[in-house]
Amino acid sequence: MSIVGTRVVRIEDQKLITKGGTYVEDVREEALTGAVHAMFVRSPIAHARITSIDTAEALAAPGVVAVYTAADLDLGPRQAGPVVEPWLASDVVRYVGEPVALVLTEHRYQLADAAELIDIDYDPLDAVASIDAALSDETLVFPDMGSNVVQVNGMPEFPADTFDGCEVVVTQTIVNQRVAPAPLEVRGAACAWGEDDRLTVWLSTQNAQIGRTLLAAGLGVGEEKVRVITPDVGGGFGAKIGSDPEPVVLGWAAQRAGRPIRWTETRSENLTSMTHGRAQQNTVTVGGRRDGTVEVFRLDVVQDAGAYPRTLFLPTLTELMASGVYHFPKIETRSRGVVTTTTPIAAYRGAGRPEATAAIERAMDLFATEIGMDPAEVRKANFIRPEEFPYKTKSGANYDTGEYAQALDKVLDAAGYAGLRAEQRRRREAGEPVVLGLGIASYVEITGGDSGGESGRVDINPDGTVTAYTGSSPHGQGLDTSLTMLLSDQLGIPMERISIRHGDTDEVPKAIGTFGSRSLQLGGSAVRQAADKVIANAREIAADMLEAAPEDLELNVDEGAWQVRGAPASGSVDWVQLAARAEQGVLSADVWFGEGSPTFPFGAHLAVVDVDTETGKVVVRRVIAADDAGPVINPLAFRGQRHGGLGQGVAQALLEVMAYDPDGNPTTATLADYSFITATELPDFELVDSATPTTRNLLGVKGIGEAATIGSTPAVHNAVVDALAHLGVRHLDMPTTPQRVWEALSAKGEAK
Amino acid sequence: MKVSIEVNGKAVTEEVEDRTLLVHYLRENAGLTGTNIGCDTTSCGACTVLLDGESVKSCTVLAAQADGHRVMTVEGLAGEDGELHPVQRAFREQHGLQCGFCTPGMMMASVSLLAHNPKPTREEVREGLEGNLCRCTGYHNIVSAVIDASGQEVDR
Repeated sequence: MSIVGTRVVRIEDQKLITKGGTYVEDVREEALTGAVHAMFVRSPIAHARITSIDTAEALAAPGVVAVYTAADLDLGPRQAGPVVEPWLASDVVRYVGEPVALVLTEHRYQLADAAELIDIDYDPLDAVASIDAALSDETLVFPDMGSNVVQVNGMPEFPADTFDGCEVVVTQTIVNQRVAPAPLEVRGAACAWGEDDRLTVWLSTQNAQIGRTLLAAGLGVGEEKVRVITPDVGGGFGAKIGSDPEPVVLGWAAQRAGRPIRWTETRSENLTSMTHGRAQQNTVTVGGRRDGTVEVFRLDVVQDAGAYPRTLFLPTLTELMASGVYHFPKIETRSRGVVTTTTPIAAYRGAGRPEATAAIERAMDLFATEIGMDPAEVRKANFIRPEEFPYKTKSGANYDTGEYAQALDKVLDAAGYAGLRAEQRRRREAGEPVVLGLGIASYVEITGGDSGGESGRVDINPDGTVTAYTGSSPHGQGLDTSLTMLLSDQLGIPMERISIRHGDTDEVPKAIGTFGSRSLQLGGSAVRQAADKVIANAREIAADMLEAAPEDLELNVDEGAWQVRGAPASGSVDWVQLAARAEQGVLSADVWFGEGSPTFPFGAHLAVVDVDTETGKVVVRRVIAADDAGPVINPLAFRGQRHGGLGQGVAQALLEVMAYDPDGNPTTATLADYSFITATELPDFELVDSATPTTRNLLGVKGIGEAATIGSTPAVHNAVVDALAHLGVRHLDMPTTPQRVWEALSAKGEAK
Repeated sequence: MKVSIEVNGKAVTEEVEDRTLLVHYLRENAGLTGTNIGCDTTSCGACTVLLDGESVKSCTVLAAQADGHRVMTVEGLAGEDGELHPVQRAFREQHGLQCGFCTPGMMMASVSLLAHNPKPTREEVREGLEGNLCRCTGYHNIVSAVIDASGQEVDR
């Protein structure tokens, strides 16, 4: 009886619910005895020249061990795309939150006291606090670059005649606002140099191994000199990929000061100094016929990269996924990455794909409105059909499998779509002040899109227990449980005799990690492949023990024993006996699963909202979601990932925005100001099942970590606009806050 | 100053700075790192503990204010024999946690919520937990966990 596909409560939870996790701030290792506390002093100004830094008073303050500035550092340059990003700013600061100095004190509470005493003189420069300001090139963030546009991809110029001959053309610029990833655990690290001249860093990260590589490169030492250990991690959402500048500076400082160091940023620092997500401005143009057929789609992306363009693959990924779930005969895309005097942008749950989906799904609704067709019908008229897979899009993506129309139909049925439309009509006709909106998003996304592989190792220990090592780096996804289930199923060994290890570069030296919803399809496939090799070796030993031909044996997974096929009575050998017999290392396999190519999860979401036309308040009443990522290993974890994705996706449409004033001051820099969504603003989620396997990895699975985020943002966004459509509102940008909604209605003279 | 607090039934006495926050007293003086810090504005609830049975955000209480009082943290929820508290059992059973960072505070807030409202509706649970943020779960299963812990049927 296979447990794969059944709901299994997580093995991770016992510790988390009784003692709490061991996050980096909880690490109590001997190596950290006598550690000093660290705080980065950060720029309070968006753009300025540093004219002087005086640390004398701070150095004399109680408990201060050291104060370091760029003048002290002897690290090599750090590239951020085409520009150099300083470890600590020395001449110019380019965003509020940029690190300028590092303070070390004996006790935690002395940090803020000492930081206050560092006297930094700033000579303000003009801020570049928006995409429009960047495009104007009036002020250059990097004068040597000659322009704030630091990357152009796709068509340099769009042809003038693209839409000639289209019956209908609609165009709209859509802001995909900047948001803060805001994991509940902020960034943190603890580091200590050992007597062997080796640095150990406990780091809150999604990929210790890449963190190690970046740390070693930053410090100018060999990778063997750096060990990164990932303790429990309190959320990452893409913003803890790799390593930010801070851990490198801390590693350097620990050596310079000759003391271990602990660092935990404050939440206010986190909201201004951890990378942000999204921050695109997208212009969509749809050309098509009045029967609902889209003939050509154009997407023009402008990515705000922030002050240091660390992640310029984001807009190109948006281009790649531009056409979504539709069979468009013609697509034109372009992207430009611009620098601004704001916090750098990097991956955040979905990373480039939510932006693509938000653009095309708003565009489809705009087109539907223009031709007076139901948005569901317009989508159905343009879906890629199941028999067309594998499907190569005009923008270069190679979709594996999909049932796009079926997913939408399932959601519409589950929601009672026709009844909801009737309710909407009724309420509009009655002139009720609270109006109903329905928003559809059909989406496809790309997981494991980095096309890298992953490592996996399986050891059968001498006592017959199993230890598996994965290059994935789970931090809430429940992968330990999923991998344990898969191994138990494959080997016929009970779950409690299997343990999963990850996140220590000494144990797992080669890995890529957890991001882009890659863990199960790549990390899982690697562990599957390693176990296959172990089984092959075990077969030989069992054959020897049972005096049978290896090919005549079978592994009875219900019993966890090898026996002769068709003659179980002739004897059997279990794993404990095998392990006792096997020479060391024979029942162990270490693999790199490299053949996994990206997969394309898909789905459909319907959001049902009430909008109060008197106050502008939006209430999300229902979210009905189909998220198809192939066969499900653990429905409990699978649904959990969808819930979390829905929560974050709805949050972007409804509430969240990381905002700056024209001078580049962040106006949402604490959790008191940043609209982090709470339980009261979200409904219970209604999940619809759909499971279409892929052919592109050993498990047939696609990634589920980001799918629901990607679908839900445009669903809610479309629902809010739909609620107001009869009042003349054609579009409004996210977040759809009461003020935004009220202003949109005011502009139409409809606000009550 | 000397601060004495009964933490999870055990007497703790420590010499601390006057300005020491309760959360740091618990984490560093009492050595109980289950209680987490997630913000600096009393917004997130990750540090929620019970002070004389009532939920408080321990990042905004001075240790001195708890002098002579009783505090319960996540480490004190399960019985001496390791038997899980109904809230702990329900959070695990309903998958009410993912990364686990908000979980101790979320569970302590839930214990307090159920003490005041033993049979809440899902809507009442959402309102009761408004001061506790979670970035992973979308709250759906957290609400289910509290309903489950209250002995009511979870239907979604």
